[in-house]
Amino acid sequence: MTAALRFDPIRLPPECEQLRKEVRAFLADEIAAGTFDPHKPNREDTDAPEFSRRVGAKGWLGMTWPKKYGGQERSFLERYVVTEEMRVANAPTRRFFVADRQSGPVLLKYAPEHIKLDILPRICRGEICFAIGMSEPNSGSDLFAAKTRATKTDGGYLINGTKIWTSSAHIADYMIAIFRTSPPTKENRRHGLTQFLVKMKQPGIQVNPIGQITGQYEFNEVVFTDYFVPDDHVLGEIDGAWKQATSELAYERSGPERFLETYYVLTELVRAVGKNPDTRSAEGIGRLVAQVHTMRRMSVSVAGMLQAGKEPVVEASIVKDIGTVWEQQLPHRVRDLAAFVEETATNRETLERQLSFAIKTAPKLTIQGGTTEVLRGIIARGLGLR
Amino acid sequence: MAESENIVVETAEKIFSDLADAQTINHDKKGEWKAPLWQALTEAGLPLAWVPEDCGGSGASLAEGFAVLSAAGRHAIAVPLAETMLAGWLLAQAKISSPAGEMTVIPAAPKDRITVGADGTLSGRARSVPFAKAAKHFAVLAGNSIALVDASKCRIEAGIGLGGDNSDIVVLDKVEPTATKPAPKGFDQTQLMLMGGVVRSLQIAGALEAMLDISVRYSNERVAFEKKISKFQAVQHNLAKLAGESAAALAAATSAADAIANAKSFDDAVFLEAASAKIRCSEAAEKGGGIAHQVHGAIGFTIEHILHRFSLRALAWRDDFGSESYWAVELGKMVANRGADELWPLVASR
Repeated sequence: MTAALRFDPIRLPPECEQLRKEVRAFLADEIAAGTFDPHKPNREDTDAPEFSRRVGAKGWLGMTWPKKYGGQERSFLERYVVTEEMRVANAPTRRFFVADRQSGPVLLKYAPEHIKLDILPRICRGEICFAIGMSEPNSGSDLFAAKTRATKTDGGYLINGTKIWTSSAHIADYMIAIFRTSPPTKENRRHGLTQFLVKMKQPGIQVNPIGQITGQYEFNEVVFTDYFVPDDHVLGEIDGAWKQATSELAYERSGPERFLETYYVLTELVRAVGKNPDTRSAEGIGRLVAQVHTMRRMSVSVAGMLQAGKEPVVEASIVKDIGTVWEQQLPHRVRDLAAFVEETATNRETLERQLSFAIKTAPKLTIQGGTTEVLRGIIARGLGLR
Repeated sequence: MAESENIVVETAEKIFSDLADAQTINHDKKGEWKAPLWQALTEAGLPLAWVPEDCGGSGASLAEGFAVLSAAGRHAIAVPLAETMLAGWLLAQAKISSPAGEMTVIPAAPKDRITVGADGTLSGRARSVPFAKAAKHFAVLAGNSIALVDASKCRIEAGIGLGGDNSDIVVLDKVEPTATKPAPKGFDQTQLMLMGGVVRSLQIAGALEAMLDISVRYSNERVAFEKKISKFQAVQHNLAKLAGESAAALAAATSAADAIANAKSFDDAVFLEAASAKIRCSEAAEKGGGIAHQVHGAIGFTIEHILHRFSLRALAWRDDFGSESYWAVELGKMVANRGADELWPLVASR
């Protein structure tokens, strides 16, 4: 076989079930207290700092990290359970999600010890928010076209240029960004970019909000003007950011957030059709449930393989490719099936409101965090085609 | 299960590679490959893998048998191995010993019913029974009874299915069974159909793995517009989508097999696993098989090329033991009946 894909049928270990109960009880309390409405998927520009701290206090942020940095040294499968329960409940995770999934692990791997000791415990306590500075006005999927410069100066670097489509930059305390420290070489166009830790809310950084078609302001343009970053905020190898990007992507690409983004419309459709659906509704729901079940089994499988120390890079890209295409189609399929839902269905208004929002959200799902086209290129490489 | 670590699966793989090479079979117009293949499988104890030793079988685990069937799918095996295994499994549920030779199961469609008369004879009509014509015995589920029936006592209306294998109508008219015993408490036709559905899902997933493999290989050989077609982005993205369909089928099928192998009872969670596998694998057979053909162009449409051995069987297997439409309706009803707020707990139950 030229292309042996693996999806081991991994089950969540027993300790996950106890944890799941705790997470569900916690979320039920938060809903009862009015922290958020699970029927209202608007968390993207909802900033919930107090909720974030309470999640941290539970020990559910940075939970796989070493204890000396505030972590719990628990497994990726346990983190998986927390993530999926939060996602399905439409909990306002925006403030901590990026730090927990992505920024923390980058710091763990590349930051100097004193920075790890300073920042990681604050992530674990749910106190700080991270943004990711990748895209620029003329550099999106083509990451290595980034032009924002980091020029060497005494004790650090001066940053000049613009990042764009930066989610949460308006509330973020830190950003992990790539800046150009050298021009690309003839042999390697990916050479010359360096990863930096950037402290936000400082002079020299201007954050301009960008409205999205959902009516929310989650995106930003971030303009750097002679912004100073000290030497100890360099993360990893100078000019070598391209070597660092790939290994972490498996974690980023295969989580439950990659197929559950619009899941709420399926729940609401089931509610709307009631206990005795007609054949058309039953078949439609059955096919959708088969999909979400399959996606979850694939996603859990990748999480389990990562926990076991394997590197399922192609499998993770496949999960994101078909997962995001599915969650993008879901609101449209639900709309088809809801067409004949009785006018008297008690949740009809909720369903319609959710559909409107989910349909507006859908286009971004196959763009953010690596477009479908980029992912298929990665899969094709894994298959030995490039 | 790690397949390479298991002697049963290794044995099956070796037999398939030696005696069921798709290219050789495709060129063998007389079907001379069939007898040696079946003989080797029988000598290795594979057709009765799921039959305990005290019922005349080789007593392999469910997991081992499922892995053998994945491999059988990868080789598009066209002898009634899966059917005989399934029949032996059904008979073993009632502790009926399995005879030697080819078998298949009846019914093979969810809505067909075989009934037991007051005199203990069996009657009914079963459609789309795979390999009925090749079978010497049938394992029959009739109401709450499981029976072993001599094939010569039934009327068989032979038919050829989409994949080129026999898919026949079997009529039982007051047939006296060789043996009858009550089915275990709670065992019903739904369980038989789900088990059959998971077997077919594994075969489809295996066939898709093979289709991905031969499509990738072909795209790396075929030159058009002065370069290998694997270098065209449109072809690469199609193959990436085929990999996605293959992966989804593999994950759904192996997960369902694992669920059944470790299940204490056929509860809602097992139903979700098995029905989802049949639905998702059947969908993948259509989408993935379509891409495999597109990549191959005209050559893949010829009888000389091996692609159809995989693509058409995968499509045919969709229909056995309940199609994806049938299971989608059943799954949808189950989900609706449990209620909206019980959907996520079900999905997240394993």
